[in-house]
Amino acid sequence: MVQGVGNSRVFRQDPDLPVPEDVRERVLELEAEGEWVVQRVPEPYAEVPTKYGRTKKVPLAHTWHHKSCGQCGHIPGYSTAIFWLHRKLGLEYDDPRDQTSCTGWNYYASATSNAAAQAAVAARNFAAAYESGYFPLIHCGTSYGHYKEVREELVKHGELRRQVRDILGKLGRPFVMPEEIVHYSEWVYAVRHEIAARRVHDCSEVVVTVHPACHYYKLVQGDAIYDPDIYGGQRTAVVTAVAQALGAQVRDYSTWFDCCGFGFRHILVQRDFTRSFAVGRKIEVMVEEAKPDVVLTHDTGCVTTLDKSQFAAQVHNRKVGVPVMSEAQFAALAMGAHPYRVCQLHWHAADYRPLLEKMGIDWREKWREFEDDLERIRRGEKEYLTWEDVDAEVPVRHFVPAS
Amino acid sequence: MALHAPPRLERYADVPYEEKERLFQEVKADPRFPDYLYGCYECGICVAACPSARFYDFSPRKIAQTLAREDVELFYYQLNEDIWNCSQCFSCNRCPRGNSPGGLITLMREVAVRNGLRSAKEALEGYSRVIYKIMSTGTQVSPDMIQADAFPDWGPVAKETAENLDLWRRALPPETMHTTTTAWEVEDRTLAELYAIWYMTGTMDIIREVDEGLHMILCDVMEELLEEKGYAVAGGGE
Repeated sequence: MVQGVGNSRVFRQDPDLPVPEDVRERVLELEAEGEWVVQRVPEPYAEVPTKYGRTKKVPLAHTWHHKSCGQCGHIPGYSTAIFWLHRKLGLEYDDPRDQTSCTGWNYYASATSNAAAQAAVAARNFAAAYESGYFPLIHCGTSYGHYKEVREELVKHGELRRQVRDILGKLGRPFVMPEEIVHYSEWVYAVRHEIAARRVHDCSEVVVTVHPACHYYKLVQGDAIYDPDIYGGQRTAVVTAVAQALGAQVRDYSTWFDCCGFGFRHILVQRDFTRSFAVGRKIEVMVEEAKPDVVLTHDTGCVTTLDKSQFAAQVHNRKVGVPVMSEAQFAALAMGAHPYRVCQLHWHAADYRPLLEKMGIDWREKWREFEDDLERIRRGEKEYLTWEDVDAEVPVRHFVPAS
Repeated sequence: MALHAPPRLERYADVPYEEKERLFQEVKADPRFPDYLYGCYECGICVAACPSARFYDFSPRKIAQTLAREDVELFYYQLNEDIWNCSQCFSCNRCPRGNSPGGLITLMREVAVRNGLRSAKEALEGYSRVIYKIMSTGTQVSPDMIQADAFPDWGPVAKETAENLDLWRRALPPETMHTTTTAWEVEDRTLAELYAIWYMTGTMDIIREVDEGLHMILCDVMEELLEEKGYAVAGGGE
């Protein structure tokens, strides 16, 4: 149960919501017309509800992980936690090197590109996934939103398809469109009960606020997961459903729809806007209305913005100091993941230690263990920390989906 | 006292109307334009949802209305004064009419960049290194961009990250993420394909329009790998 502001909010699904056409049907028609190949979602998959009552297939395994620039570059525990969850559920995946950024961050920041380039970059990555035999699972909310936009454009505009097909031909790649465009948070949503069944730390005293990522649900809205049991289907259910499954207390706040303040170019070259918005319209509102122990979100820019913007605000005695992380990191922590080896929380700025203490995680001991790892690497005893080092800590409990 | 001053259209009085009209028609000619603009109820929902409207003298409603009314003078003003304030979060897609003011702004930005407007160059000042990073490495940001002097407002974690960067990257279990100059390891073949896409779609010409120096550096980096991988590159980056 989500606790509303003053517990006064009632959420009901609007029965008169206009339903746009299902672009996936056109994707299949275009395949039948010989325009491209549609990569089918591999089994096993989960069927999840989306905004307009349709279902969407979410692959559970055999996934090609389309990594995120900001996650891998600046908050690497985000990506690592997603991989770790797959490993602990015994679900195979591919972490490819034949992958580029979607380049959407740059496009939304600087517009130094065009529709054909953006579509060709997307199609090249889709082709790489198809040729690997694995199905794309997209880590970044902007990549996910941008690829949905690209799919719409490719479906609508034959000339753009011709351009992209021509480019892919010159690259020696097939023109492929995935049957579904799937964000990692949809995978976490789909396996949330399996994660909850493997929980080893109590989350019942943890108060959570959720920031839904703009590019997840505001761009091409029909693909996002909306669950009648979460906010009456009025808001996207990802993240919130995961926190609830883990037994945490999810609390509502009035500015949930606002963006985080990332701004694409602003976070890099105009951070006065980013800091002001993140603190004034998000973190402080959450603190005043919900007093969260942690802010959970599901996109690269949101974690970075909401986490990193708090430091400067401390000087002005603003109401800040709330840790921010992805629901994947939080879920991994609840399942016993190492806060440093896996969740890499030392890359985060806001103080996460009170949260760990509340969850019963001895961060001092964990940091000592991690410092030992670093020392072994420093001395040359190990070149890298490996999955083998990490996998031994928590046993794999295979998730066997019902056929 | 007026809180919002009216747009000072006279600022661009020396730009011929025909030039403003040409740029307007370039925006309108984009195949995506009809998908982003259907009309406007003047309800202001897009403004209420817009983060930039809370911070700047900026209105997504005005953008949609200006384009719908084909107000060329105001369009040119917005093209120079307003579009770079947009956060591109697409909260304005909440529009009950089905407009996407954020999408319209994307198109306007493309036109501003493609035509090398001074306002676009100014807006992208300081951003060139990021364009270089994404176009040349295939990843938008890299761990080594986190430096204390670049991100002083991020607190001590920026300094600590920079000081321990190589060690901390080695302490990441995924094999693809031990990098410091890219977000993850990208294969050369993959990178060459990305470069080829930039050339084949005219993106290199766009870069030359906004930053000639950056264009030259990118050409040097890209042409070497493209040639190595067997792609023929015509002179001048086409």
